[in-house]
Amino acid sequence: MSHELTWLLVAVPALSAAILLLGGKATNAWGHLLGTLAPVISFAFGVVLFFQMRGRASEERSETVRLFEWFSVGQIKVDFTLLIDPLSILFVLLITGVGSLIHIYSIGYMEHDPRRRRFFGYLNLFIASMLLLVLAADYLLVFVGWEGVGLASYLLIGFWQHKNSAAVAAKKAFVVNRVGDIGLSLAVMSMWALFGSSAFTTVNAGAEHVSKTWATLLGLMLLLAACGKSAQVPLQSWLLDAMEGPTPVSALIHAATMVTAGVYLVVRSHAIYEVTDAASTAVVIVGTVTALAGAIIGCAKDDIKKALAGSTMSQIGYMMLAAGLGPAGYVFAIFHLLTHGFFKANMFLGAGSVMHGMNDDVNMRHYGALRTSMKVTFATFAFGYLAILGIPPFAGFFSKDKIIEAAFADNTVIGLCALLGAGITAFYMTRVMLMTFFGKKRWAEDVHPHESPAVMTWPLIILAALSLGGGALYFAGHWIVDWLEPIVGHEEEHPPVSALVMTLITLAVVAVGIVIAVLKYRRDIPREAPAGSPVTVFARRDLYGDALNEAVLMRPGQYLTRTLVWLDNRGVDGLVNGLAALFGGLSGRLRRFQTGFVRSYALSMVFGAAFVVVALLAVRLS
Amino acid sequence: MSAMLLPVADFTAPKIEYNELAPLLVVFGAACVGVLVEAFLPRPLRHLVQLAITVVAVVVSGVLTGILMNDKKELLAAQGAISVDGPALFTWLILLALSLISVLLFAERSIDGGLSAFAGQAAAVPGSDAEREGTAARVEHTEIFPLTLFAVGGMMLFAASNDLLVLFVALEVFSLPLYLLCGLARRRRLISQEAAMKYFLLGAFSSAFLLFGIALLYGYAGTMSLGGIADALSSDTGSDTILLAGTGLLGVGLLFKVGGVPFHSWTPDVYQGAPTPVTGFMAACTKIAAFVGLMRVFYVALGGSRWDWAPMMWIIAILTMVVGSIVAITQTDVKRMLAYSSIAHAGFLLTAFVGLAQAGSGVHTGITSTQAVLFYLVSYGFPTIGAFAVVTLVRDAGGEATHLSRWAGLGKKSPLLAGIFAFFLLSFAGIPLTAGFTGKWAVFSAAWTGGAWPLVVVAVLSSLVAAFFYVRVIVLMFFSDLPADAPDVALPGWQTTSAVALGLAATVVLGLVPGPVLDLAARAGEFIR
Repeated sequence: MSHELTWLLVAVPALSAAILLLGGKATNAWGHLLGTLAPVISFAFGVVLFFQMRGRASEERSETVRLFEWFSVGQIKVDFTLLIDPLSILFVLLITGVGSLIHIYSIGYMEHDPRRRRFFGYLNLFIASMLLLVLAADYLLVFVGWEGVGLASYLLIGFWQHKNSAAVAAKKAFVVNRVGDIGLSLAVMSMWALFGSSAFTTVNAGAEHVSKTWATLLGLMLLLAACGKSAQVPLQSWLLDAMEGPTPVSALIHAATMVTAGVYLVVRSHAIYEVTDAASTAVVIVGTVTALAGAIIGCAKDDIKKALAGSTMSQIGYMMLAAGLGPAGYVFAIFHLLTHGFFKANMFLGAGSVMHGMNDDVNMRHYGALRTSMKVTFATFAFGYLAILGIPPFAGFFSKDKIIEAAFADNTVIGLCALLGAGITAFYMTRVMLMTFFGKKRWAEDVHPHESPAVMTWPLIILAALSLGGGALYFAGHWIVDWLEPIVGHEEEHPPVSALVMTLITLAVVAVGIVIAVLKYRRDIPREAPAGSPVTVFARRDLYGDALNEAVLMRPGQYLTRTLVWLDNRGVDGLVNGLAALFGGLSGRLRRFQTGFVRSYALSMVFGAAFVVVALLAVRLS
Repeated sequence: MSAMLLPVADFTAPKIEYNELAPLLVVFGAACVGVLVEAFLPRPLRHLVQLAITVVAVVVSGVLTGILMNDKKELLAAQGAISVDGPALFTWLILLALSLISVLLFAERSIDGGLSAFAGQAAAVPGSDAEREGTAARVEHTEIFPLTLFAVGGMMLFAASNDLLVLFVALEVFSLPLYLLCGLARRRRLISQEAAMKYFLLGAFSSAFLLFGIALLYGYAGTMSLGGIADALSSDTGSDTILLAGTGLLGVGLLFKVGGVPFHSWTPDVYQGAPTPVTGFMAACTKIAAFVGLMRVFYVALGGSRWDWAPMMWIIAILTMVVGSIVAITQTDVKRMLAYSSIAHAGFLLTAFVGLAQAGSGVHTGITSTQAVLFYLVSYGFPTIGAFAVVTLVRDAGGEATHLSRWAGLGKKSPLLAGIFAFFLLSFAGIPLTAGFTGKWAVFSAAWTGGAWPLVVVAVLSSLVAAFFYVRVIVLMFFSDLPADAPDVALPGWQTTSAVALGLAATVVLGLVPGPVLDLAARAGEFIR
């Protein structure tokens, strides 16, 4: 049974990362090839596992692979156990599949970077950690992968560390993610306290027996963790800055895979959320708010990667929303996660291809009319565009439509918000499309746009095909529903109006968004951004998220540290220096008794002897 | 009157347990052979032969001790005068191990232009023609080896003596050779002779206290044997004043050897003046012998009156720790700094000694004072000899460069040597993963379980102060610039190399896996009477 070799999925990229990072310059010549081979091997193995799993009856598809006892302290015992089931195999395929494409793309994208080998080492580290995260059968092991992807994300955002903005962005991502990680570590500790174990099986079995308060608390802790990793409000601020990393990183980590880990965590913890309405509702609210906030931010960005990052936030918001809806939404959260992985990676890589041809300029106001000089990039980007808008028969149509239907079935307000978000999405994506590929040339004089090499365009073509065909997972006999139901459960939702009407309404709203954008951006676009209305400024400033963080967290923190430093200088250091001076002075004085004369030494002995005898007698007599 | 008329035939020869006393007899016998070698062997052969005899004697004695320990035979030998018990055997073993390292240092001849650290002719006036001629002819005092053996034998006897008179004789047997050895430095001989003179005068002075204390205790108990005094105490006959005065004066004599404040004043001067290998030997071995002797007398003979002497010992312990740590801060000579450090260590040892005065009563559950002290002595002895061995290697034209300012930047000149010295200092400071940490933990926990928590508090505070001056030297070595006229680091011969290596290895092993030695100390059990 080859599922016992599941650990190879993780081990291959981990080994490759170790070779690349420890091997040093000796591996420079072939490092990128090894780095690319590793996820491809994992992908091939993942496909084998997938088909084996398909061959089994639906109840027998989950397999746990216990590798060894990790540690055992008192009552708590943690095994290093992997869980390979229909949910995790989908992630394995997404991570290694999209990951392989992006590795191939990176060979061309990073060709002229002197540290390319290290880049591939970090990417492999990411792949290994992400696979560990989704394959772990214990929350503590999830945490290991969770921290591993955080580390890889940090290293890759700051990969161009010579740029101050990249270093700052990496630090910001790291710090914000730490806040979320507190949630996960608290959750793991609470699980130990409540269930005596953090294994999925124990937690799932015990979830219905814990008190409602504890279930809610656990749900909120896990939500906090998910917010950090998936850039959900209020921990969203790092994702936009994370675009400082190389574009393949943005595509793989900050669009397709890592940022969706929060959705995975919520879906994986469905047993907990099923017993607590409060925490589920919180997930829905966070998802809805982020879906709208990300969309609004996306409308105002002139930086193509930041516009796409806003879009990522927004789309993950949709997934969260769906995950918060319970059994009606889990399947569609994962479904949308997969299709989003395809079309967003596609568009990010397309943006990278555009940047490649535009001397790494990211400002869309300097683009325009690129459809003629970059035909493949344009065509593939268009596939992604149509998919995210939800135009049938592209993949996004099936996944997003189902989420909006489920939202309406749950609550009309949430449904309206989701619908509005779809309209805004149509607006800003059309804006990106028009500013980049249509209109007049606004290029700088020394820029000569050209199509990217084949090693970059082929991944784009494959991803474009997936953006088109990914919907087949659903419309081919609701395959994904049947596939995931044994793991996460499923209930058919019943929207207030029929599904067909819902779809037409959604398409109408999307059309309105497109029309507004076309009307607004078909005219000439200035090379410099106009001042804009207060709403635009609000959106450009990321809805003042950073300002809020600064006012609420950073400044009070700075005051606190300043006060502590002052106290340390005046109080603690003063005390320490004073003590040092005291002992130094005492030492200098005592030293004078060491005269060097035998007679004074003998005298001190006599005094000492007298003291000893007197002390003895005094003790007895008292 | 009838006693006068006893026929000669009734005289029974004392029973001597030769097997159990063999370690002692081997050392003393070898020392006598060494004296004969001086008399009958031609000069060129002596160094090698003496070294061989000494090393063989120490090793054989150590093996014999090991066999005795293994057999777990504990008895009072020589009509109750010598106690061959667990602690005594354990002490013999450490004394012999440390003596072996010291003897290697004594035999080193390659770091000072082919000459040893000892004067060629002690009688020649320093700087005179006679001395120059002697140096040119490579004359040397190979008597240092039998002298060392006598000292080692005396220390072993001292730690095992179960009778105050034997205790006194042993004290003199190991003190007299040390006085001589102290005055034999080849370089800076005047300061060395001054040190020997001071040591001798103050040693004689303290012996007088000791002897008077013994006399008073004999007056109280009517016997010299430790067991007899304990019996007299429990039956509570005789004058308390004589008992207390005797206790006090005996304590003064023993505390002098230990280096307790205010009887410590000889230590810095003698440590600084004596040839550095001798300083290392004294600092490690004298302290060990004296401490075990102190514990034996106070636990075995005077254990019954512990509530009388404990408060006095508390004060001495506190004074010793505080003065040793504080005065060390302002020392500018590395040997003097190590001297004060050894005083502070005596204070930490006293903490354990006095913390659990009820040794043998079996009320405690943790580590006993005896075990803690024995382990601490091991963990203190090896880095001490190692540190002094390192001191012999940092030299300039005038011999060893012992002024601390001359050690600035040593880490840049010889990272290995400075690193080793830093490691010994960290062990003295009690940093985890070194022998010193485990030792400190042992004595502090013994004192704590014995209820002497104020002592432990003072001890921890003193350790903090002490850590300052150890770390200061490390900072000086590694973070100061190397001056242009920095002293050289001599290339050591195999003797010093192996001495440093042994010291280092023991310090590392005791820090990482203290278990076996702790077990050995625990197996040593308590003193018998």
